[in-house]
Amino acid sequence: MSLSISKILQKRKSSVLEKWIQNQLSDEGLRDDLISNDELRASSEELVDILATNLNDTNIEDANSEDFEPVLEIIAGISLTRARQGFSPRETGLFVMGLKDAILSVLQEEMQEDPTSLFRESMKMIKLMDNFSIITFETFIKGREEVILRQTDEIAEISTPVIRVWDGILALPIIGTLDSARTQVVMENLLQEIVQTGSSLAILDISGVPAVDSLVAQHIIKTVSATRLMGAECIISGIRPEIAQTVVHLGIDLSTIITKATLASALKYAFSILKLEVRKTQKEKTTLL
Amino acid sequence: MMVISLSKDVMRIIKDQDVVPFRNRVKEKATKIKMGLVNQTKLITAASELVRNMLKYGNGGEIVIEVVSRGRENGVRLTFKDKGPGIADISLAMKDGYSTGKSLGLGLPGTKRLVSEFDLKSEVGKGTTVMIIKWANG
Repeated sequence: MSLSISKILQKRKSSVLEKWIQNQLSDEGLRDDLISNDELRASSEELVDILATNLNDTNIEDANSEDFEPVLEIIAGISLTRARQGFSPRETGLFVMGLKDAILSVLQEEMQEDPTSLFRESMKMIKLMDNFSIITFETFIKGREEVILRQTDEIAEISTPVIRVWDGILALPIIGTLDSARTQVVMENLLQEIVQTGSSLAILDISGVPAVDSLVAQHIIKTVSATRLMGAECIISGIRPEIAQTVVHLGIDLSTIITKATLASALKYAFSILKLEVRKTQKEKTTLL
Repeated sequence: MMVISLSKDVMRIIKDQDVVPFRNRVKEKATKIKMGLVNQTKLITAASELVRNMLKYGNGGEIVIEVVSRGRENGVRLTFKDKGPGIADISLAMKDGYSTGKSLGLGLPGTKRLVSEFDLKSEVGKGTTVMIIKWANG
């Protein structure tokens, strides 16, 4: 029986590692701006080590074998950090594929005199490494998706400002879709601000909401009820003509809520409730006289 | 008269984040056939209701977005297919104010009022298919 791949790998571990690192360093796509050579060496060494310890003749054909769990863990860890560091999928993929090249060239050196088993062992190794590459991609994409999800949360958070337009009057412009998570943020911010400022009126402007369906309407009704419980009144403004028609057809009853077409008319109404008056100054008149 | 499909798009809806791109796609199609603003809003609201139902009760599914034509009329046809639990009593589900979830119970009946054509098929345990058409001038 000729040499087995796992034995070769254990024996020539250091030369595999050297070759692999050489490949990575000589590659044009080396991102030394994102990762230092030391770090690169450390993560490469860790992966080769773990692979050499866990690989044996029986599990080489089964990438899902439990023996590879530590290997997969490291690969997943590497691609996750790389996704966050801003590596491209190509660069991350090449990292693992580079290891395949290194192992194959060492194999070639060791098995020169026996082409048949070289081919057989190479095929096994390629299959295994391809599986690892796929896992690299999967975790890489997952890492990216996490970044996107985090950004979505951030957008939801910054896009619900509560503005104090007058003493006792708050305005809350809502832009985008009003889903449950968003409503939660809106409601929390609004109620908090009502307590802090001692406001008795809140204007919820929905001119930036593209469509009002029954779920959005339900959320609006909930927000209004919560505001009322706090002893403040809530005015909904920014109802466009097409939205008004749609809401009526849907059969949503908003008659218990004060609604206005524009923010300006809502503010005017708020002033009248607070018995405030906006007047032109008399100055012009006196100069004319 | 025959309804002819002029273009066909399929979108998969799996999570809440898919709702907005889907709505934009519907709007795009509606604008293309010069649907008025009011009808556009009605269509988008109806689509929004159904897609939310699909996510909430059916665990997501597939939507076919089509531009259709019947004689001189153009319209948008949306077909929502899910493999959810299905609706046991359709006539009850179509009643205003009835909901198995904690919503207003206006989704299905409201949607029917917003669109030109509405067709709901459901089999308990297999899934639900809802087809709606909104004509540009309907």
